[in-house]
Amino acid sequence: MDRILESLKNYDGPDISIMEVCGSHTAAISRSGIRSVISDRIKLHSGPGCPVCVTVTSYIDRLLKLAEDKDTCIVTFGDLIRVKGSRLSLYDARAAGARVEMVYSPMDVLKLAQKDRTTLFVFAAVGFETTTPVYAILMDQILQTGIKNIKLLTSIKTMPEAVEWILLNSDMDGFIAPGHVCAVAGYRDYEALSEKYHVPFAVAGFDSSQIINAIYTLIRDKDKGVVTNLYTKLVQREGNTAALEAVDRFFEKSDGAWRGLGIIEGSARYLKEEYLEFDAGSRDLNYDQDNEGCHCREILAGKEDSSECPLFAKACTPASPRGACMVSEEGACFNAFAYMTEKRNG
Amino acid sequence: MSQGSGGAATEELINSLFFKYFNNEYLLKADDSALVPGSGRIALTTDSFVVTPLVFPGGDIGRLAVCGTVNDLLMSGAQPKYLTAGFILEEGLDVGLLEKIVQSMADCAGEAGVKIVTGDTKVIEGHGGLIINTAGVGFVKEGVSYGPENCRSGDVIILTGALGDHHMTILSHRMNIENDAVSDTAPLVDIIQNLISHKTEIHAMRDVTRGGLGTVLNEFAERSGKQILIEEEVLPIHPGVSSFCNMLGLDPLYMGNEGKAVIAVGESDAKRTLEIIKKSRYGEEAAIIGRISEPDGIGGEVVMRTPIGGLRIVNKMYGEGLPRIC
Repeated sequence: MDRILESLKNYDGPDISIMEVCGSHTAAISRSGIRSVISDRIKLHSGPGCPVCVTVTSYIDRLLKLAEDKDTCIVTFGDLIRVKGSRLSLYDARAAGARVEMVYSPMDVLKLAQKDRTTLFVFAAVGFETTTPVYAILMDQILQTGIKNIKLLTSIKTMPEAVEWILLNSDMDGFIAPGHVCAVAGYRDYEALSEKYHVPFAVAGFDSSQIINAIYTLIRDKDKGVVTNLYTKLVQREGNTAALEAVDRFFEKSDGAWRGLGIIEGSARYLKEEYLEFDAGSRDLNYDQDNEGCHCREILAGKEDSSECPLFAKACTPASPRGACMVSEEGACFNAFAYMTEKRNG
Repeated sequence: MSQGSGGAATEELINSLFFKYFNNEYLLKADDSALVPGSGRIALTTDSFVVTPLVFPGGDIGRLAVCGTVNDLLMSGAQPKYLTAGFILEEGLDVGLLEKIVQSMADCAGEAGVKIVTGDTKVIEGHGGLIINTAGVGFVKEGVSYGPENCRSGDVIILTGALGDHHMTILSHRMNIENDAVSDTAPLVDIIQNLISHKTEIHAMRDVTRGGLGTVLNEFAERSGKQILIEEEVLPIHPGVSSFCNMLGLDPLYMGNEGKAVIAVGESDAKRTLEIIKKSRYGEEAAIIGRISEPDGIGGEVVMRTPIGGLRIVNKMYGEGLPRIC
């Protein structure tokens, strides 16, 4: 480990750009102060792997529209509540009297719906490959219990298509592949991308030694189409087949809109037609609006760092976020702000 | 539930529960105010407790309500003496559960050496919940002051025990996660009184509750204008809390605790102070976690050296400490 760190500290080759796709990696990199112990020539960029950050305006607007009905209650995870739609966030709507419940687990919606049968509970099902199996279990429970007053408004995305978008639209020399996503979905998709674009991928866990190892591996394998799995404890090439089967039972792939990246072919999952009665209108929510001056787009695509956005740390802070990247604790801007001046001499 | 009506049912509740368990001469007089002896500088504090679940591994809302207020008094250098207790009972609250909680409060008050001398009960509509408010009175010797502004360069930072257990316990319950988490809810009377009686060179102290260690250290740094460097490797964190945090994307620096304090102590007395804490009740896992220095850049900064030797700025808690969603 010391030898690897030493070589990353003394790296004097050409500038190299590495993207950590997953928001949890972004948070782990900031928390462990990795940037402060490696060469300035190694640039780490945050990718689009923070579900809250890539949620488009029209999705929030749709939730707000649903919340206008007094017999409807929106059920959501914590951070989504503060993301602004065209005008308001769910937080604003709740303050104005809308019914918005925050839960820690999607399964909590079952209890809410069983207790209050006269309310329609719309679950804001946001997430990636990691969360989708839980939504599949939720659907299974809804069917088994026969509950009729739950619907899902989905914004479920899949990573490989977004990574390909990044490969086509920006200049990355390597990717730290998302560890949790690969634990569910495997990494065959990344092998295909790696071969096609001659770019290395390293599947990594979330402790600093895994991340440092991944950076080292990606520099070593620059321009090679190889995938290295460093997270063997949890990740297998084929993924978790039982979870994937559960997902396939309820969801099908189609095009999806990403904040900052636009519509990406085949990058979203929606409830299948036979389960449409449980869908709250998730398809074709494609409209996305930038907050004035906000550089979310460039940041999510890895073209700019948070500090290059004119709003960063001025008009946009965690206490008063303008863009979604500042809302989530996994967002690039939140982390850049919370660990600001991380780079120090020591 | 008629126990909040002020009539016979209220009296029955007071007699059968509160007088029985809180039993002391000031309370039993049942006057409009408790008249208690004492003189000098009075420390006064209040806090309200709204935790769910009401009973959790390692404690309950009653123990929490005593410890929270007692610890706040201790941190200002006071010797805690008297508490008040206000109970807001929601309709449907199980009386057996209430009795258990009242008994736990009495036990904890006994352990902390405080008397619950007056109280109040109200019943509101609801679903069997319970809210408790406690206020506390303590006495502070002349010249004693442990505010964060007293931190000095060279001071050593001691944390009295492991981080995050209470937060993990409560969150696990809310998320329906089964594990061995046990809350650290505890009165810090033994630790603080031992430190005072041994005349240790304490400059500042704070209990580490909501907002976690990161937030408290920032208060130290800001109020004193100094810089603080802590070492991640020596932070006491139980392995279970560590993996819970990894799994959910939480940071132990911002996890809430209910029986921990952080203390700035003069360098020359640091070792002895640590030994005294380690021998005190609830201080076994205490550790020296860092030190205070003059700022090398802007003042008011907290920096943590990570195990790989990286430096990370520790800010106040910005988010809400919510688990991540993917």
